[in-house]
Amino acid sequence: MSETTNQLLDNLNALAAGLFLLTAFGIVAMRQIKGCLNLFIIQSLLLAASAALLGLRHHSEHLYGVALVNVITKPLIVPWLLRKTSPAEIYTRREIDQALNIPTSLLLALALAILAYFLGMPLLNAVGPDFRGPNVPIGIAGLLLGAFTLTVRREAVPLLIGLLVMENGAFLTGISISRNLPLLVELAIATDGLIIVFIMGVLTRAVQKHIGTTAVGTLASLKEAAPEPTTNEVTK
Amino acid sequence: MFNRILFNLFQVIVVLGFSPLVSGVLSRLKEIVQSKRGPSIFQPYRDLWKLFHKDEIVSEESSWIFRFTPYIVFVTPIFVALLIPVLTNYPLFFAFMGDMLGGGFVLSLGGFFAALAAVDTANPYGPMGASRTRMVGFLAEPVFMIVFFTVSFVAGSTIPYIVQEKWVTPLANFFAPSHVLLILAFLMLILAEGGRIPVDNPTGHFELAMIDESKSLEYSGRGMALMKWGGHMKLFVLMCIFLNVLVTPWGLAAGQTIGAVLLAVPLVLFKIFCLLLVLVVIESSLSKLRLFRITEFLGAAFVTSVAAMIARVFLP
Repeated sequence: MSETTNQLLDNLNALAAGLFLLTAFGIVAMRQIKGCLNLFIIQSLLLAASAALLGLRHHSEHLYGVALVNVITKPLIVPWLLRKTSPAEIYTRREIDQALNIPTSLLLALALAILAYFLGMPLLNAVGPDFRGPNVPIGIAGLLLGAFTLTVRREAVPLLIGLLVMENGAFLTGISISRNLPLLVELAIATDGLIIVFIMGVLTRAVQKHIGTTAVGTLASLKEAAPEPTTNEVTK
Repeated sequence: MFNRILFNLFQVIVVLGFSPLVSGVLSRLKEIVQSKRGPSIFQPYRDLWKLFHKDEIVSEESSWIFRFTPYIVFVTPIFVALLIPVLTNYPLFFAFMGDMLGGGFVLSLGGFFAALAAVDTANPYGPMGASRTRMVGFLAEPVFMIVFFTVSFVAGSTIPYIVQEKWVTPLANFFAPSHVLLILAFLMLILAEGGRIPVDNPTGHFELAMIDESKSLEYSGRGMALMKWGGHMKLFVLMCIFLNVLVTPWGLAAGQTIGAVLLAVPLVLFKIFCLLLVLVVIESSLSKLRLFRITEFLGAAFVTSVAAMIARVFLP
């Protein structure tokens, strides 16, 4: 392939990775659960695009497989599973509370992204020059931002999305440093993710049934210190 | 040399002449989207003509700031128009007087004086709008800074004529993540600085809700005309910086002849028209944010601009 096409593919891959980072920031800050889910869908599509572009760039069929698995599982099956298992009411809610206010959590997220650069650099220096690209640091940033989402969010579904963002970040790093991962492993990881979504969805439904809310962040105050209401319920 | 001065002045005349038209087209397009007929696209010219022929009333309590401000608001976009590429892709006579950062400061000088003048008359609504514009301003300024610093980081310069070449040589650079993210961040800035919809409603005339409009409440006659014209020109200049410096230099005159420069006028206006379509879609599909949610909007712009810088650092 000619030099200019390679350069174009490299830049397009970098663009997909850059937008991936932006969607990760969006998931940290987005108020609506539905918006959060939509951003996650976009992020997974960008991940698939990055895999396909890297496959085209380095002539690797395995990466096409990764892209295909990603397109099928994350943007299609995950939202479908979530809607089937978790209560529909939570998608209509507008505001969800966070442990920190949104500008503060965005600034912390920025600091994490810069930290990812310092974490990614030794890894980049360890691999061959052919494997260098923006995917490694941005994937690590996705991993950190997903973990950050897990800490600041208090709703069940965004917590789950944070977990999936972590997985997306790990994938984004993975596709750039290992180009010949067997498809079986990819399928295993993808099925694993789906099972997590399924279990969490069912759990969310159970939580909502028992305490009437999905704001699991407030569950920390449910302790045995106040036994009266719980005993009443049991005797009923 | 003589040609370059001539083209530079011609550039200013284009900004002066076409900026009300751009505002007129924008409001007409918005009305069409809302299934209304809307005013003619030449309505801003008629408004200016009418205001220039009206008497001006100045409060006795006001100071010289109130009288000077319309001229400053009118002149600052013209200064910036001298610095940036409006029609040509080669530097003109005054181009090296200041870089993009300087242009940004000159533009914010106009906003600063407009805010002072709003406080000056002690009209109850003026200071409220002034403090709100300052709030939007101080949130937008860091984004401006980061955008310009990222530009200078990527292109190695903040002179707009040098920057614009970088995005398309080679063409693959157009898709570089830092470029696309910068475009997104600057688009959000135009919405905030131009007082467009997610931040401020430019057509709303309810005093308690207005942000940008309330600064010119006390003006009448010629002062009001100058303030309005200055506002039109500011939007035009911001669009020119966005389209010609940050997006692409396509459509700009490359030749030194008068014909090439004249041909660039319709091409640049066409580019602006395409941007207007994007703005209309944004403004018609979003609603105005509550005042304290503006922080989040501009926070998103800030994160986008920093992500542009990070994406650049991450490229080995």
